[in-house]
Amino acid sequence: MEKPLTQHIRADQRPLTLKEYEQEGGYQAVRKVLKELAPKAVTAIVKESNLRGRGGAGFGTGMKWSFVPLDAPKPKYLIANADEMEPGTFKDRILLECTPHQLIEGMIVAAYAIQADVSYIYLRWAYKTAADAITRAIEEAEEAGYLGKNILGSGFDLEMHLHTGVGRYMCGEETALLNSLEGKRATPRAKPPFPQVSGLFGKPTIVNNVETLCCLPHIINNGADWFKQLSLTGDAGTKIYGVSGKVKKPGAWELPMGVTMRELIEEHAGGMQDGLKFRGALPGGASTDFLVEQHLDVKMDYTSVAAAGSRLGTGTLVILDDKTCPVGFVKNLEHFFAQESCGFCTPCREGLPWVEKILTSIDQGEGRSEDLKLLDFHVKYLGPGNTFCAFAPGAMEPLQSALKYFREDFERHIHDKACSYSRETLSIAGNV
Amino acid sequence: MLSAEEKHEIEKAISLVPVKKAAGIEALKIVQERRRWISDESLRDVAAFMDMSPEELDSVATFYNLIFRKPVGRHVILLCDSISCWVMGYENILEHLTKQLRIKYGETTTDGRYTLLPNCCLGTCDCAPALMIDNDLYRNLTIDQLDEILKKYE
Repeated sequence: MEKPLTQHIRADQRPLTLKEYEQEGGYQAVRKVLKELAPKAVTAIVKESNLRGRGGAGFGTGMKWSFVPLDAPKPKYLIANADEMEPGTFKDRILLECTPHQLIEGMIVAAYAIQADVSYIYLRWAYKTAADAITRAIEEAEEAGYLGKNILGSGFDLEMHLHTGVGRYMCGEETALLNSLEGKRATPRAKPPFPQVSGLFGKPTIVNNVETLCCLPHIINNGADWFKQLSLTGDAGTKIYGVSGKVKKPGAWELPMGVTMRELIEEHAGGMQDGLKFRGALPGGASTDFLVEQHLDVKMDYTSVAAAGSRLGTGTLVILDDKTCPVGFVKNLEHFFAQESCGFCTPCREGLPWVEKILTSIDQGEGRSEDLKLLDFHVKYLGPGNTFCAFAPGAMEPLQSALKYFREDFERHIHDKACSYSRETLSIAGNV
Repeated sequence: MLSAEEKHEIEKAISLVPVKKAAGIEALKIVQERRRWISDESLRDVAAFMDMSPEELDSVATFYNLIFRKPVGRHVILLCDSISCWVMGYENILEHLTKQLRIKYGETTTDGRYTLLPNCCLGTCDCAPALMIDNDLYRNLTIDQLDEILKKYE
């Protein structure tokens, strides 16, 4: 089984130096695009490969690039979105810490395709090990002439900067990320204009996820058909999947796109911890709908997970077991969303804290019978089309599916005026 | 008053961006690194240096979770309170910390040694529960390890 993205990750996770990376075939894709391919040809290969964005939305990468006007005056920007902050997601961390040169190579390929001359890695603050690895790798790449002016004598210029954020979930949304890079509050922008036309500082800009960018050198080296055949389904490539929660061996693994949820949990994560049963899972982070037992054989690709009523998202599962309270689980998620809402539009700013309060009261045995209707109301009015960006609709995904699949738990809390799940912790330390 | 070194660092950050204001967050980071938090006075000094009004810079400063506009202790404990850590029982860690340190979220110990803050998902969910102290990440936490870990930070 081929694992292009993680093949060079060592047991001790020490990143490859530039020399080691070159010995493994590193930077061959950069040589190939700069010497043999026109920018449009690179985009065509990526389009043909059917690479879809690994940040969560799953938009076609080549398609996204194709909206950048190639003849626009410079500067143009390429940004790696390394602000991994979706709760339950830890896949980009591995690539950032262990394979920084692979990311840089992917970024050079992407920047060449859209003819960007300035690039940023927008890294979340907490990833200290990654920041050190990337800083060193950028220096090495600059010294070797892979970054800077006239790269490998091709006439193509690219500077690269590492930008570390100061913490806010919204920064992962691409237009909010642009505002943040401009030194502003990370609130989303209206689209159109799309960033491809008017992005960072009003210039054409592409924002791609780390895992997406890491796929690029391999697609260039091996071709679109090779990339497609890595997958078990119609959505191409491999995917870094992860599992967290009460399984025996939580972790992350690069696997063919389209393995089933059952295989991930039972084979790779070693199954549920003894004495616990699988009850449900968020397939790709906090802002995805629950899948439950009937979905265990769903293939974990964009198309199949969508058909099952959820989203692949980041592909990192968070497991709900039968001894963990689904109401408490969702309350934790909605607390996160209420706290991280940027406050720019009213339904999200006002609705999410309301949802959190309702869930808290239900969880504490103070729920009223009309509360479920109130939650249904929020699911509807914070859903798609009513808010400025996808944040609140994302926050409603786990709630609406919990109300669907675990409704009897909500009802029992309200009826019994108590939570019947035992948690070892008794006291909570004050309010945040 | 900004120190000469702070001014120098901020100027370097400004030189990398096409619009001066774009370095505002970077400037706050530079000052916070040296003073642990951003006081009203620091905010006014940075704003003046950046040709921004203090209000505009404060709107940015207060937006981000890790720009501290209140004093913090010598060490900041950031406890992950997101979903995987919740499933794996971070509340036990929180309970132990609040008992041992006699502080709640947002508070600093009377000796100025630790500040305890909740933090969104630290991206290490397969090793939950997790926390960071200053720049150091600790994962697969158990209550038994906590006291030893805390001792490292004077």
